[in-house]
Amino acid sequence: MTDKFIARSTEIAARLLGGEMIIMSAADSRLITLNEQATCIWQAADGVTPLRGIVDRAVCDVFDVEPEVAYRDAETFVSELAAQGVLRVSDSPILPAE
Amino acid sequence: MSALLHEVMNRARRLGVPFDVHLDVTYRCNERCVHCYLNHESPGEMSALEYRGLLDQLAAAGAFFVTFSGGEPLLRPDIFEILADARARSFSVKLKTNATRIGPAEADRIRSLSLQEVHVSIYSHRAETHDAVTGIPGSFERTIQAIRLLRERGQGVVMVHIVTRLASGHHSGVRALAGELDARFLLDPTITPKLDGDFSTRGLNVPSAELVRIMNTPEYVGDVREFCAPPEPPDPSSFDTILCGAGHSHCYIAPDGEVFPCVQFPYSCGNVRRENFLEIWRNSAAMNEVRSVRLRDLPACVRCSHAASCSRCPGLALMDGDLRGPSLQDCEKSWARTSLVPTGCPIPLPMLPR
Repeated sequence: MTDKFIARSTEIAARLLGGEMIIMSAADSRLITLNEQATCIWQAADGVTPLRGIVDRAVCDVFDVEPEVAYRDAETFVSELAAQGVLRVSDSPILPAE
Repeated sequence: MSALLHEVMNRARRLGVPFDVHLDVTYRCNERCVHCYLNHESPGEMSALEYRGLLDQLAAAGAFFVTFSGGEPLLRPDIFEILADARARSFSVKLKTNATRIGPAEADRIRSLSLQEVHVSIYSHRAETHDAVTGIPGSFERTIQAIRLLRERGQGVVMVHIVTRLASGHHSGVRALAGELDARFLLDPTITPKLDGDFSTRGLNVPSAELVRIMNTPEYVGDVREFCAPPEPPDPSSFDTILCGAGHSHCYIAPDGEVFPCVQFPYSCGNVRRENFLEIWRNSAAMNEVRSVRLRDLPACVRCSHAASCSRCPGLALMDGDLRGPSLQDCEKSWARTSLVPTGCPIPLPMLPR
């Protein structure tokens, strides 16, 4: 199975508020809030750590959740954020200059 | 405001996070608007390096929205450096400008920074009236050209129509112009006193009848029936609610680093050149006094028939003479909105009805 690499878009604003990440897209001012688990994935989205590694370290090591369930949920979450333009997804590492 | 944003702002208030910060980076301006609340005397300006340190502190404090304004912020040669520093720290950045100094190169630079919005003040759709307000011939043409440049690049622009007596009734024309330029339209019907205590600018507010017309226009207020609904009777269970975001989730920092609860709230709380921002936010006696005030602490307003729905501004109340008194312009707006004269207030409200 090919792993995915994820990086936060540079065209967003983001800040942690009460344990949840608040994100606003500059393109359309859409506001998104992430729950605690999604926030952990978001914060670890450095473009070079594979999604499976992020899920293992940021979710499975912290929350009581089955790894395969966590990974499936993470894939869905990543697809949704990518569709909204706030997260970039690639089959290869995403370098900062890209 | 979306329901989600409303919920997020309420959460920030409950948590006491300075979520929304307004920074005037200069009081200098290349226009001389007749209604401006500043006298343009410079108290000094923080350097770009000082702003970088301040932005670090604001990010650590949890700030999300940062508005850069003035004066005219583009008079600062280092403004793009400051804006880039703010974006590098993941703030949602709004720029308020008269846009007269935005040419193609500046528009490119602004677009590259992914700012949330650029707010541009437009006083009339007629060049001669707009220029009469700004005091600068040709300012209308330069401003409109800049909006075109920004929109051509896909930058979101909000045309803010500050309604003055000089352009009474021009709002529909300005709204049509915003549509033509594919810019969002906002209307601001309140001319406030100058921060130095000069109240003469209030004479530039539109007559009450015009204010009533604006308050009853769906294009500006949405659902008129809901917006203009008579206030509910005062409910003692709401007497402890937070009245506005000033000092709770919002603050203002002047070009010289002086911190206030809001831009229209001349009640100094400290200076970020001398103290850490969070120290001022959490521990300033003035900030804590402002945030301690609840409806039950307002001897006149708590007895007013409009208390439940009034948009009372504590900063304007302070300028009217009492932090715990009524904000007279909001008394007037509440009357214009509901067509009901406020009753129960022990203070004579001379402007009602006008």
